[in-house]
Amino acid sequence: MFRNQYDTDVTTWSPTGRLFQVEYAMEAVKQGSAAIGLRSRSHVVLACVNKAQSELSSHQRKIFKVDDHIGVAIAGLTADGRVLSRYMRSESINHSFTYESPLSVGRLVVRLADKAQVCTQRSWKRPYGVGLLVGGLDESGAHLYYNCPSGNYFEYQAFAIGSRSQAAKTYLERRYESFQESSREDLIKDAIMAIRETLQGETLKSSLCTVSVLGLEEPFHFLDQESIQKVIDTFEKVPEEEEDAGEGEAEPEAAPVAAGTGEQGGSGDQDVAPMEM
Amino acid sequence: MTFTIPIENGDAVKIAEAESQRTLYPYVTGTSIVAIKYKDGVLMASDMGGSYGSTLRYKNIERMKAIGKHSLLGASGEISDFQEILRYLDELTLNDNMWDDGNSLGPKEIHNYLTRVMYNRRNKFNPLWNTLVLGGVKNGKSYLGMVSMIGVSFEDDHVATGFGNHLARPILRDEWHADLSFEDGVKLLEKCMRVLLYRDRSAINKLQIAKITEEGVTVSQPYSLKTFWEYSSFHNPTASAEGSW
Repeated sequence: MFRNQYDTDVTTWSPTGRLFQVEYAMEAVKQGSAAIGLRSRSHVVLACVNKAQSELSSHQRKIFKVDDHIGVAIAGLTADGRVLSRYMRSESINHSFTYESPLSVGRLVVRLADKAQVCTQRSWKRPYGVGLLVGGLDESGAHLYYNCPSGNYFEYQAFAIGSRSQAAKTYLERRYESFQESSREDLIKDAIMAIRETLQGETLKSSLCTVSVLGLEEPFHFLDQESIQKVIDTFEKVPEEEEDAGEGEAEPEAAPVAAGTGEQGGSGDQDVAPMEM
Repeated sequence: MTFTIPIENGDAVKIAEAESQRTLYPYVTGTSIVAIKYKDGVLMASDMGGSYGSTLRYKNIERMKAIGKHSLLGASGEISDFQEILRYLDELTLNDNMWDDGNSLGPKEIHNYLTRVMYNRRNKFNPLWNTLVLGGVKNGKSYLGMVSMIGVSFEDDHVATGFGNHLARPILRDEWHADLSFEDGVKLLEKCMRVLLYRDRSAINKLQIAKITEEGVTVSQPYSLKTFWEYSSFHNPTASAEGSW
């Protein structure tokens, strides 16, 4: 994308019917580190890559519990994500208080999307620079939604956002048809393997990822490092089998593909501004 | 009612206005509601009377209404406040339908919503002068609960309001059991309503029985109970209490 005379504020349309500021906000999502979500009939798994600013600091939290039955993973401006998580928690708890019943996920994401839309139509606001993967369980089953800075939302069987998410998406696209009937364990394994795709060569360690699960009779919670490492051990022990034989060829292509789609600056993390993780 | 009084304490202004608008006593009232859970859902009975003090003024008031797809609301107490509650619930169910997303408010949610409304009004010293009975079925589960005008709320297998608390509950405690058939349920409710008819001055002999099951709500046509007034103790009622009438 290049600068043009219609991109100064969000309330200016371009002659081709685009709102550039909104599109730039979506770019911010692509700069954040990867977040992945998948769902089956009864469970939703959210996973993300833990990237710390430096060796000295801890990594930023990217997955938040909204309620026992809803979790959210974010990519982009973490500060915006935190604020929106607080809004979601507030909506959820207010509903629970009035109706003594969990808020259905679909209604929550619509409220979230409407909140984001407001920022695309006020000259004194800016769009939220964060993409949210909202996963939850309600009466109508397990759901996974993606909320954009544009105010759009989509429902998915599985999705990945953030930098190098294309690799994860490719992996998920190959496997998504089996997710609906997947067991909880297989779903977790698929999430971690999708995370591995975004790491592109870096060894997968449990310290590098955060995984959360929710399901029927299972309130939202994070998996501890041991459980994650156990799952990693089941497939990392045989690095040449599984999909790695295929990945060996895919990797050199992944970098030029990623640069071509402009998903991140050519040198990845170094270009990321400090607030965007 | 909207004149402003220049008083420093702002609340005093509000209270002065509010005095003339708070509910202080009920005017047109409905008497008891009795409701039980049975095999397929919930059965509720009420008479169709609206008393104006001690006058049995209105004889065609429906005190039970269907709410949404899954619930049935019965009310005793001030009839105009019941109508106001129906308006609130109308708005609630309308907005719920407008989401058009396959989700709908069940009896539990409506019961809790009403509890919040009643309790908040009570806190403002402006209560809705009703005792509400909320019954319903959703996803095969039956639900029956009650909310009073001060916001006391609970669920049970059988409930009664007003005089029903004193006259119907003992009968229900003795004779209710789980998985009553429809016929047995109706018989049990009629037994309670008959006692209320004999002993509650504000009861009239025109009642309706409403049923709610997974399929929906049906409110029966109004009908009367057979009564017998030739009991020997009715012949000389003051025999054991000289001087009373």
